[in-house]
Amino acid sequence: MNLQRVEMSKQKPEVRRQNFDEVAFGYTPEEAMAEASRCLDCKKPGCVGNCPVEVNIPDFIRCIKAGDFAEGIRIIRQKNCLPAVTGRVCPQEEQCEGGCVFAKRGGQIAIGRLERFLADWEASQGINTGSIKKPRPTGRKVAVIGGGPAGLTVAGDLIQLGHQVTVYEALHKVGGVLVYGIPEFRLPKRIVRREVDYLTSLGVEMVTSYVVGKTRTVDSLLEEYDAIFVGSGAGLPWFMEIPGNNLNGVYSANEYLTRMNLMKGYTFPSVQTPIKQHHRVAVIGGGNVAMDCARTALRLGAEAHIVYRRSRQELPARLEEVENAEEEGVIFDFLTLPLACLGNENSWVTGLSCQKMELGEPDASGRRSPVAIPGSEFVMPVDAIIYAIGNSPNPLIPSTTPGLAIGRKGNIEAEEATGKTSKARVWAGGDVVTGAATVILAMGAGRKAARAIHRYLQTLEEE
Amino acid sequence: MIPVLERTMVAPNIHNLRLQAPDVARSAKPGQFVILQAEEDGERIPLTISDWDAEKGDITVVFMQVGATTGKLALLKAGDSIPTAAGPLGNPMELGNFGTVICVGGCYGIASIYPIARALKEMNNRVICVVEARSSFLFYWQEKLRKTSDEMIFITRDGSLGRRGHINNLGSIIPSIKGGVDRVIINGCNYVMMRGCEETRPLGIKTIVSLNTLMIDGTGMCGVCRVTVNGSNKFACVDGPHFDGHEVNWDELSSRRQAYLREETVTLRTSAPEKER
Repeated sequence: MNLQRVEMSKQKPEVRRQNFDEVAFGYTPEEAMAEASRCLDCKKPGCVGNCPVEVNIPDFIRCIKAGDFAEGIRIIRQKNCLPAVTGRVCPQEEQCEGGCVFAKRGGQIAIGRLERFLADWEASQGINTGSIKKPRPTGRKVAVIGGGPAGLTVAGDLIQLGHQVTVYEALHKVGGVLVYGIPEFRLPKRIVRREVDYLTSLGVEMVTSYVVGKTRTVDSLLEEYDAIFVGSGAGLPWFMEIPGNNLNGVYSANEYLTRMNLMKGYTFPSVQTPIKQHHRVAVIGGGNVAMDCARTALRLGAEAHIVYRRSRQELPARLEEVENAEEEGVIFDFLTLPLACLGNENSWVTGLSCQKMELGEPDASGRRSPVAIPGSEFVMPVDAIIYAIGNSPNPLIPSTTPGLAIGRKGNIEAEEATGKTSKARVWAGGDVVTGAATVILAMGAGRKAARAIHRYLQTLEEE
Repeated sequence: MIPVLERTMVAPNIHNLRLQAPDVARSAKPGQFVILQAEEDGERIPLTISDWDAEKGDITVVFMQVGATTGKLALLKAGDSIPTAAGPLGNPMELGNFGTVICVGGCYGIASIYPIARALKEMNNRVICVVEARSSFLFYWQEKLRKTSDEMIFITRDGSLGRRGHINNLGSIIPSIKGGVDRVIINGCNYVMMRGCEETRPLGIKTIVSLNTLMIDGTGMCGVCRVTVNGSNKFACVDGPHFDGHEVNWDELSSRRQAYLREETVTLRTSAPEKER
């Protein structure tokens, strides 16, 4: 039994903190085969059950072992239309890899890296759509609202079942959080482009800059389509209720990352998206989005701080992202609670007033809750503050679609197993249902909804 | 891609841009806006939809050439195309039979007030249009506005047409209107809207403004357009852009609006030789 994971080589921290190129290089074929050969091919694999989209993991690992990469990627693509994405951004340690028999001893098979390897290998061969048989057209039409991970999964699944699929995206590029949110150094845009192109080659129609709810309502689309999937995401950023939020230099993570990623602000002034040259940036929050913001700010030459009210142990971000951030020089200010954003006479941020915390009793989330230490107030001098504390579901569809049941947090109510909403012929999934979560959970919701939509469309054919 | 049907300069530096955007035209209502891009990877800027034809499927925006993106838009000609015209975004202007309504337009606001005046007129309001500019040669769309209003009042800084002065004339115009004024709607630069509100505040007349904020997506996602209204935080894109002007925190709005002034001029200078950039 070999518990030694094959390491994936990365750019050195002192180099990568100066560029926006991808941090990790990925496995070579030899490395992938070595890692795959550690897999015991368990009779009852723990990995598959932990995958929200149920990829047949042991089978594709067996293919890598045998050097049959084409068959390996074909197996993944049966269940996952975005393998190059999920291989990079899935929290594998909590999912597939967490279910590996080696996990307890820290030597779990690097399933994510292997998935990424196959997807990248496929791309290096040129996109091969010949391996997928064109299904018989059913004549049924489905509209997918939102071109993020949930919507793209639905589109990928339904097009392969012979239905006609149109994706409506509000922004000018398809990909949702994959293009506006996750930075280039973690998920290069060309990879998202490749996956989207693949779906287009299967026949999915992509309509960009189309704001369903505004340009056209869901009800109007229902006149033209047999079924609708809503995956419009979590698009309304939260701010803490403290003074000074509207000073210049205070951003939501959405704004900051959208400026940098979708609008390519990091290449300013060669593009027209203006960005500020900040010197010291405080990012409030401790999740993956907070890490993305801090590491982006760092690459643009700022001293980047993560301000988090609990300790390192409670950070919701993936450990790998935390370690990457630490290596690159992001400074973590744990047990620190922001009290106010401070500004100068020109309304520009000059500091973040904070208070030190200590950990008390566990709260409802099971994490020890932070308690303020009296008299510990201090000012952190910064010239930018970024809120990365979450988002509410985007209100555009809920507020313009009569008959759609909406939860207390503004989310669309949908059955967990099928994504079915209270409105006939409308399904929903991803962040607009759950609130901000992960790419793979949105894809899992998309998979379930696609299955339910297909079942519904089949009943139409029988009529 | 969005086809350009027409681009003309209607007054010095002010351009009329007509675009083929059938689905936007079918849904547009007075007071809504579109987000435009002049080119892929360019800025996304919000512009009010100033006219549209649902049957022909076209929309018209009027903009002032000030920055890099409006500079590119100003060079378009019929037959060109732009990558993005997303909308109609924002809430429509609240309409109704209010009685007598003064519609004030300055700069590009002369165009954006037009569909509002037209709709109010159709709803049997008495519509008085007040337009202001530095000088008479900066007016445009006068015939369109005249058709939708019962009366037109001009204000020019140099006195070349109508009253001489600035938007603060509103303070003397309103009391001179027989039968009183029930509502004032102001469209224009933030300064004109703020000054106009200062004139109507002591008169106690409800005044609606259409705020100009920075925006990226225009759908509530980025939050850059946030503004304090009546002490609470609002997003101009999804909660507005129309607000009661007497409740807007104008100082904050103006400083947020100017956040990137210096950076915007960097791209304007990129045609300069390398060493001067």
